[in-house]
Amino acid sequence: MTENGNIISIRNLRKVYHVGDVDVEALRGVDLDVPRGEFLSIVGPSGSGKSTLFHILGGLTPPTSGTVEIDGVDLAHLSEAGRTKVRKEKVGFVFQKYNLLPTLSAGENIAIARHIAGKPPETDPWFKDALKMLGIHDRLDHKPRAMSGGEQQRVAIARGIVNHPAILLADEPTGNLDTANSDAVLALLRDLNERLGQTILMITHNPEAAEYGHRIFKMRDGHMVP
Amino acid sequence: MVNKLVIQNLRHRPVRTLLGILAIGVEVTMVLTLIGVTNGTLSENKRQKNGVGADIWVRPPGATAIGMSNAGMKYKMIEYFEKQPHIAAATGSISQPLGTSLDSVQGIEVEKFAKLSGSFCCVEGKVFQAPDDIVIDTRWAEQKKAKVGDSMVALNRTWRISGIVETGKLGRLFLPLNLLQDLTGNPDKVSQIYLKVDDKANIKAAVAHLKNDPLLQGYSILDTEELLSQLTVDNFPMIKPFIGVVIGISVIVGFLVVFLSMYMAVLERTREIGILKSMGATPWFILSILLRETAMLAILGSVLGIGLSYVSRSAVTLYGGTFLVQEIAYDWWMKATVISLVGALLGTLYPAWKAVRQDALEALAYD
Repeated sequence: MTENGNIISIRNLRKVYHVGDVDVEALRGVDLDVPRGEFLSIVGPSGSGKSTLFHILGGLTPPTSGTVEIDGVDLAHLSEAGRTKVRKEKVGFVFQKYNLLPTLSAGENIAIARHIAGKPPETDPWFKDALKMLGIHDRLDHKPRAMSGGEQQRVAIARGIVNHPAILLADEPTGNLDTANSDAVLALLRDLNERLGQTILMITHNPEAAEYGHRIFKMRDGHMVP
Repeated sequence: MVNKLVIQNLRHRPVRTLLGILAIGVEVTMVLTLIGVTNGTLSENKRQKNGVGADIWVRPPGATAIGMSNAGMKYKMIEYFEKQPHIAAATGSISQPLGTSLDSVQGIEVEKFAKLSGSFCCVEGKVFQAPDDIVIDTRWAEQKKAKVGDSMVALNRTWRISGIVETGKLGRLFLPLNLLQDLTGNPDKVSQIYLKVDDKANIKAAVAHLKNDPLLQGYSILDTEELLSQLTVDNFPMIKPFIGVVIGISVIVGFLVVFLSMYMAVLERTREIGILKSMGATPWFILSILLRETAMLAILGSVLGIGLSYVSRSAVTLYGGTFLVQEIAYDWWMKATVISLVGALLGTLYPAWKAVRQDALEALAYD
């Protein structure tokens, strides 16, 4: 936890990308606090900086300046190895394109996340309940190609939470799903948040999806907007 | 878990995996065949020399251990040797390369030769009955599918096979000494002289006596044990560099095959590498996946290569003529595996470095 009790605390976060000879300012001083157990939706149009914020929070890219604390760790001062450790210990990801390893079964996709985190293959009882909640407990032997998009995304959610991360980052988790599957995935995310107290940050450009969160953080041109 | 991922990755691209294994297998077979042929041919040569039954070998100056010089000694020297202390029997032979293969025809004195080796002819047929008779050994008979009574051409003449001797008696083809002397224009000359001593305990003394004889200075006079000890790869200066070159080529082939295979794999799996990195996989974790894949390819390729060396032995037996003999080089199985492993791991270094250096964000965006 950060000093103010929030699991995420961001101050004056800036990110500048160098594209050729041009500097592109993706984030222009973002401040954000997220209490533990919150389900936060981050919305904004393309180019608003929400994906950059997602990548910085996930330790996939360093910030240019500012502070980003996750569960007491300031990502701004971490090396690549330090950010790798954060990804391993503090963050779970859910991507728009599911991003499952195609050569492994659903169960193995979840197991490899445990393995990378250095945890034993046996999962906790709460996770077995979570698998039932996600409705994939009887689909774990199937390869991703034998599963529907909705099922693949539910496996990705299971993989994202299996190590009980401090935060689950979901980037347009319903972007590749039809309406029925979108509703199911969003309801599951909310259930996971409510039942397990899992902190979730969901990026979406879909206002209806954003409504599933406790709070909506709107972004435009690299800033937070009211 | 990592091993499962490695196996699944290899299974995911079966053609590429099989081609990689096959290429490494061929590399290993190349090494094992070369070593097997070298050792096998030397062993066969030892067997043939042992089969003569001589205790001491006398050869003219400049003769090599495996081959024979041209007829460089007068036949009368045999009579001289017979008079030396401890010498119980002596005979000589002349050797004439066939020209069409690496084999030679041996001209021998049958009775004297039989006295040295215990027996000479025949498992089938009889020793020379007519002027155009030739005797062959069992390996020649098997390889050429020849039998007693058949005709064969050697030294530009047609011969009738009169007998077949057990293999391991000096050579594969035999003619009477005087006949081969005439045919080759070397009357009263021999290539080698074989001596039998009265008692094995006197071999060293007999050799020492002959070496001290001023008339025999410059001649190679060796007891059989010493002669056979010279039949090793180390005593053939041209073979070792040749083996080194072949092994070097093998490592390069293994390197290139694995380099291309793993480079393609890394490109194809860019997104998967990004996924693993997003889960917190360290560079070492990514590296270990690729190294294990490579090691598995190399080990499976080596097993295939060892299996293929049995096929190459059959091919050498069938099509390699009667001079080349391939042994299964058991003592090189591990060495060949290590060689293939080293080549393969070298080939993985750059693709692995590329994978490790891959930016997670860019990798995740890769389609």
